[in-house]
Amino acid sequence: MIQQLKTGVLVIGGGAAGMAAALSASRAGVEVTLLEREEKTGGVLNQCIHHGFGLQFYRQELTGPEFAYRLQNEMAQHSVKIISESYVRHIDTKNKYVEVISPEGVFTIQAKAIVLATGARERPFGALQIPGDRPAGIYVAGLAQRMVNLENTLPGKRALILGSGDIGLIMARRLTLEGMEVLGVVERLPYAGGLTRNVVQCLEDYDIPLYLSHTVVEVRGRRRLERVLVSEVDDNFKPINGTQKWFDIDTLVLSAGLIPQVEDLGENLEIDAINKGFAVSNTCETSVTGIFAAGNNVAVFDLVDYVAAEGWIAGQNAAQTVQDKKRTSKRIPLIRGKNVGILVPSYITPEEHLRVYLRLRKPMDKGTVVLKELNIEKPFQYGVPSEMINFVVNRDKLQELKKPVRIEVVE
Amino acid sequence: MKGHITCTVCPVGCKILVVSKPNGEYEISGNRCPRGKQYAIDELFSPKRILTTSVKVLHGDVPLVSVRTDAPIEKSRIFELMEKIKSISVEAPVNVGDVLVRNIDGMGTSLVATRKVEKNGSPLENCQISG
Repeated sequence: MIQQLKTGVLVIGGGAAGMAAALSASRAGVEVTLLEREEKTGGVLNQCIHHGFGLQFYRQELTGPEFAYRLQNEMAQHSVKIISESYVRHIDTKNKYVEVISPEGVFTIQAKAIVLATGARERPFGALQIPGDRPAGIYVAGLAQRMVNLENTLPGKRALILGSGDIGLIMARRLTLEGMEVLGVVERLPYAGGLTRNVVQCLEDYDIPLYLSHTVVEVRGRRRLERVLVSEVDDNFKPINGTQKWFDIDTLVLSAGLIPQVEDLGENLEIDAINKGFAVSNTCETSVTGIFAAGNNVAVFDLVDYVAAEGWIAGQNAAQTVQDKKRTSKRIPLIRGKNVGILVPSYITPEEHLRVYLRLRKPMDKGTVVLKELNIEKPFQYGVPSEMINFVVNRDKLQELKKPVRIEVVE
Repeated sequence: MKGHITCTVCPVGCKILVVSKPNGEYEISGNRCPRGKQYAIDELFSPKRILTTSVKVLHGDVPLVSVRTDAPIEKSRIFELMEKIKSISVEAPVNVGDVLVRNIDGMGTSLVATRKVEKNGSPLENCQISG
């Protein structure tokens, strides 16, 4: 017979967002169950052994494992029930009914509210459509990081990094420290995708070249990767003739972006077309009442601190749903205007403070974030897409709100 | 002595030029805010970094424990210290905050564990198979 469990709040995913959600829901006094795919909670924090986390959430600079450890300790103190090595097979979002597979077999969970905290996946090599062979030796950066930091295995001897997102920069340093030769980081945009601090401390510190406006145009190798062709590109990312150069490498590490993990998680939940994640309001509620989402499955955030903070809010609101506290689910659209790329949230519930996170579409020396309908102007200097602009609008300012709000960035 | 550095205090990434004058003072240009000044001097004359890496664990439930230096170390000594770290191993269990190597740089900096590693539960995997 299939085991049938019941819980108040069910959290799916034990990374930063899920752990924070489980913790805040539990502190609010409801029964919480957390499903984790791996043996232990922590998510990608476990393999992010570098420091630079927690400055906002814990007011202290921590490494990834230390950040996870704090949340794990607090969850243990608040008796969050964790079911590890479990995999969600299906979610009935309407009835809050979940089917789970684990080494012990198949079981079901009936919840009163659900927090989806499934994180993001890396854009794979296949999605880049680079011509040539398909040999071994091509890794997404997170896999290379997992091998080096958790499994004590080096992926190869000579590497090139494609994409200059933070994880690519971090891996350039990490592989160098562990004895690999890193020939460079290749970025098709004319500026680095990651933080300046990482460009300096991961590349310049180790004399690793950063090839801006370059990309890999061909991959060669019989069984193992042998070489890749790198070309300069123009403004439309078209290779420029005569700029090609071969790099002899056995390892190509991809840092080509993250994609929110939304597949197979309730087909009736609205997805934001630009974020590619669940469209949520500032209570972290999705388009289905009682189903919440937080973290990188909503939009790819720049800091784990924001992911944890959003998870915390999701957990609080999920707990309120369980406790039948009076909540409205009024959802007023927050609409993207000029120069706004990734934007969280997609909707405004006026009863809650509005925390806005946005990414610029391009670097700007200075600009102003404008929410005309709310009479809000937030000037900033030196904004870059890699760092989210975030601010809070007090709910007092939202009370009269009835019509959609447009958010734009003017130069 | 003079040199260029990229400021990392904020996302702007100012290219700051530092020139040391004979009277022991510094002439600093290119910084768009005052915070860049001290950063530039430190970064040019005594750059330091927190070193994070991992150490081999014996008889643990995982093969590595992640570690950090408890204070910034001299940047020029990173590879020297990495060699030292690669040569050591520790016995499980390890707890967050355990000091694995005291005074690793001769300047009072310690190497501390940043994750927990339990002792391996399976007695079979603890056995050394010889021959």
